[in-house]
Amino acid sequence: MEYHNVLTTCPYCGTGCALHLQVLDHQLVGVLPAKNHPISQGGLCIKGWNAHAFVNHKDRLQTPLVRKGGKLVTATWDEALALIAEKLSALKAESGPDSIGVFASAKCTNEENYLIQKFARAVIGTNNVDHCARL
Amino acid sequence: MSERLTALRETIRQILPQVDGVIGLKTGPAGIVAPYLFKPGHPEMLDSLALWPKEPVPDTLKIIQKAYPNARLAIVCRGCEERGVVEMFKHAQVSLENLTLIGLQCVQEEALFCRCAKPYTVHARVTVGSPIAGVPDPLTEAFAAKSQAEKLAFWKEQFQHCIKCYGCRNICPQCFCNVCALEDEKWVETGRLPLPNPSLYHIIRAMHMTAKCVACRECEETCPAGIPLAIHFRLVARDVKEMFHYETGAVIEQKPPQLLTLEEGDYERSGLP
Repeated sequence: MEYHNVLTTCPYCGTGCALHLQVLDHQLVGVLPAKNHPISQGGLCIKGWNAHAFVNHKDRLQTPLVRKGGKLVTATWDEALALIAEKLSALKAESGPDSIGVFASAKCTNEENYLIQKFARAVIGTNNVDHCARL
Repeated sequence: MSERLTALRETIRQILPQVDGVIGLKTGPAGIVAPYLFKPGHPEMLDSLALWPKEPVPDTLKIIQKAYPNARLAIVCRGCEERGVVEMFKHAQVSLENLTLIGLQCVQEEALFCRCAKPYTVHARVTVGSPIAGVPDPLTEAFAAKSQAEKLAFWKEQFQHCIKCYGCRNICPQCFCNVCALEDEKWVETGRLPLPNPSLYHIIRAMHMTAKCVACRECEETCPAGIPLAIHFRLVARDVKEMFHYETGAVIEQKPPQLLTLEEGDYERSGLP
């Protein structure tokens, strides 16, 4: 019998609301807002209140999928990443770096977003960087 | 406040060996407080014991008891949380068997923050701190003094800010229906904005909380739009007291009015079929 709360940041947008994941015996059982957190001050929107719902959802992908002969097939990360690298390199050689664009996300941390723009500019060689929150 | 914290820590330390766990508050990373189950054999965890901000701990009790119905537990509860546990017991959501209530008396500052009429426990045999008298609720009093038209205008204005996060419903330990009327297709039309009619949403919830709300003000605290929700819950509670002589959390043996069975002759026909 073990119950505790894990403080984390809501993954749904760039605001950065804090929330507690309620954990009972290593199982995620719910969300609680974080009252004395400077950003969200105990409040959450409907997405934050349901931020635990996708974690153990049956539809959640557990491994990468690669399309083979028109069908999505389970793949390892090594296989998926090798395929992405191969295709990106081919596209770049064929049509130039500006034929490729990178979409970052407000759900990512600053550090992750820094890395992806660095990857776009320094590795691919394009300024085509955008993200989902620029509606 | 620190004196009360020391006293509470000592009280839990004494109770811990006799139970399977004590529900209280713990300070986590960056000083953020959350409910926690203190376990015997780990008294060092009590170094992080916290008093404030208060949390909806009756719900924590429900979560743990649901998985461990026979566990011997203790719970640190303030007046409102004790009332919450009692009401949830009456609605078969928690068990008082094998449960020790550790009553934590609120200080003036906390009572003023919550505009609380009863910042003290009445059932807990083990208590920490000295009980203080209730404080007035100026917001509710000012609202009650308004005219009908002013009241309507007040809520219309307030409910305009509602972002329909359902936080007031989610955080409420007394909101425990398996199927929630507020999630009905009628109020939440999929794929369309705006979501439910905010006025109807709040009025439906107020009606559903009749004789259940224990005035803990968690809904008001979690509202990202700052709607003073406690006002209508407290006025509904006032009506329930006048009409049914019922106060939530006060008498463990007294059944809430919505659970009463009416016998022939106990009531007069209202004229409705």
